[in-house]
Amino acid sequence: MTSATLLAWIVLPYLAIAVFAVGHAWRWRHDQFGWTSLSTQLQERRLLMWGSPLFHYGTLAAIAGHVIGILIPASWTAAIGVSEATYHVFSAVAGTVAIVAIGIGLVILVYRRVAVRRVAVTTSRVDVAVYVLLIVIIGLGAAETIAVNLIGPGYDYRATVAIWFRGLFAADPHPELMATAPWLYQAHAISAWFLIALWPFSRLVHAWSYPVLYLGRPWIVYRGYRSAVRPRPSLTPTAPRR
Amino acid sequence: MRIMVNVGMVMNLDKCIGCHTCSVTCKQVWTNRRGTEYVWFNNVETKPGLGYPKRYEDQDRWRGGWELDRRGRLRLRSGGWLYKLLTIFANPDLPTIDDYAEPWTYDYETLFTAPVSADDPVARARSQLTGRPLALRGGANWDDNLAGAPEHAGADPNLRGMEAQVQFEFTQAFMFYLPRICEHCLNPSCVASCPSGAMYKREEDGIVLVDQDKCRGWRFCVSGCPYKKVYFNHQTGKAEKCTFCYPRIEAGLPTICSETCVGRLRHLGLILYDADGVREAASVRDPHRLLDAQLGVFCDPADPTVQAQARRDGIPEDWIEAAQRSPVYALAVRHRVALPLHPEFRTLPMVWYVPPLSPVVNAVARRAADADPDDVFYAVDQMRIPLQYLANLLAAGDVEPVRAALRRLAALRAYMREQQLGGTPDPAIPARAGMDPGALDELYRLLAIAKYEDRYVIPSAHTETADRLAAVHTGCSVGWESQFAATASHFRANHVQFVHVQPRRPDHGASETMAAEPEQPS
Repeated sequence: MTSATLLAWIVLPYLAIAVFAVGHAWRWRHDQFGWTSLSTQLQERRLLMWGSPLFHYGTLAAIAGHVIGILIPASWTAAIGVSEATYHVFSAVAGTVAIVAIGIGLVILVYRRVAVRRVAVTTSRVDVAVYVLLIVIIGLGAAETIAVNLIGPGYDYRATVAIWFRGLFAADPHPELMATAPWLYQAHAISAWFLIALWPFSRLVHAWSYPVLYLGRPWIVYRGYRSAVRPRPSLTPTAPRR
Repeated sequence: MRIMVNVGMVMNLDKCIGCHTCSVTCKQVWTNRRGTEYVWFNNVETKPGLGYPKRYEDQDRWRGGWELDRRGRLRLRSGGWLYKLLTIFANPDLPTIDDYAEPWTYDYETLFTAPVSADDPVARARSQLTGRPLALRGGANWDDNLAGAPEHAGADPNLRGMEAQVQFEFTQAFMFYLPRICEHCLNPSCVASCPSGAMYKREEDGIVLVDQDKCRGWRFCVSGCPYKKVYFNHQTGKAEKCTFCYPRIEAGLPTICSETCVGRLRHLGLILYDADGVREAASVRDPHRLLDAQLGVFCDPADPTVQAQARRDGIPEDWIEAAQRSPVYALAVRHRVALPLHPEFRTLPMVWYVPPLSPVVNAVARRAADADPDDVFYAVDQMRIPLQYLANLLAAGDVEPVRAALRRLAALRAYMREQQLGGTPDPAIPARAGMDPGALDELYRLLAIAKYEDRYVIPSAHTETADRLAAVHTGCSVGWESQFAATASHFRANHVQFVHVQPRRPDHGASETMAAEPEQPS
């Protein structure tokens, strides 16, 4: 095993996971005020109404696809009677639908962020980094889904990439499997780890605030100062956004 | 029955001169920061007019507030829980900055740096969003004093169904001013719309606030509020709104807009209400009955059974006492001269308005029939501001409560004028408006004399809880470093920083502030 293999498929993933976890804990404790999606719908509405839902719903579908394809072992799907061929067709077709939605959404969102001046001026350096990583990751993902799996011969990532990924969390990593994967998959994984490391420091944290607790909450919220109120963890101002 | 307290406001529209002092002082205190350039917690609109944001009252378009479903149950007009969670990636009902107005400043630097020339240098307008030169085509107060009324004012949603009667020719036009703040509703649709649970109504005084730490910027409060009095700070990505100047209210002081009101037209006081009756009152099927339904949840603070229940519900003794002196209760309930803004939105708003009567006096004077009560009341129906317009604004289109309020105000004027001129006022005048001379006297003191201590009856928050107040509220770090490096230093100086608010001892607040007020001649 070369040191490059070790670096790319063990050191980088664990480093990214550590940064992700510690970063979120830190951000949650110290920057509740900065925890927002930082919407620009106020500045530009027409393009957003198309781009944002396409991108978000497409991304949710893609995440679901990753859960099915990477987190769930092939043996489990086989056990419920889904053959590799069936799975392959499902993943290629459903994946293509998702990637088309994401792609159109991303093009619209990138266009408005660059071309609509009101939106462009709100873009921070972290936003730029997130956008670049998203474009790379989504571009590679599109190539895998469409060029390799839909049109091309296909690649059984469930025999390599998935096992390596699950192994990371079982403390049983198999970097050698990943080393054999096509470069598209390797590059996709590496850029994804960078995004995961960046996540807690970007506006992507808004993903964890999807308000599921709104379901079932009473309409009107009352809060009192006479009743006991937990003081905030820190009264110091939060870090400035750049 | 569960009694709660809501601070309320009544604005006497007869006295508003449209000077915008309230808006300016409010802005200086609360929204002079980047991200809130377009935000006016308090604004003054000329009516008829478009309002701010434009046509915000048209809920067919903006879908704010509540409505009844087919089975008569109350629901958010902009959709329920599930619909909101599904449309969260792009709020379907959010106004854009163009529905408000792109904020601008002027390039003052040019005035100092321009080379010597035959022509005077000009400070061009620059967008505060993009920094680029901006052609000015709208603003927060673009149709002030009916400016552009022939083209724009016809789009006022309150004119619906009465276009034929309303003229905008100079000699036939009517107008009045409508100062607006957050309504701090008993049934706030913004709070109900907030998916994060960041918006809340304070148990003690009913003030509606946004927890800046819990807000995640989903913006449903902005679209959910039919008055469009929740704003999105485009720098912090969080919602902000009128706070009813809670640090001042806690200290027993009036809000900044009230304190600085040149016309002294604002009244502040407590309302005791039955919190268990709110849902039912907001669900009344006939919009014309919403006013009575809301009056129905207000409790009479002079009633001993109400007082006993208030004590059981933990309301402090001095607050119960203050509620009995509340000018808001007096104007809205006892004398029925104040009316809520757009009760048909079903939010049970708590900022009420005394409808304007002024133009009637002109009409009456022309008839030279001041003393004739019949003509006084006749004039109410013939006044320059159409009754129907006021009714669309303040009574869900029902002219009766507006007419009744205006008749009381007309009776007050006729009766007091006669008294001041040394004549014998006819007791039939107040009687015809359903009042007795004692009520007229109280109304006169409230509306005409309007002393500071009568306009503002605000008990301090309780000092024994002051440490908790500080823990909750001093950390509101709404000021951000600006990302616009060139202008950052300018704005940094203006960042709002809350200091520890020391509530005054209850017995001090009123007398100290009163001293600053020149006495009215009596």
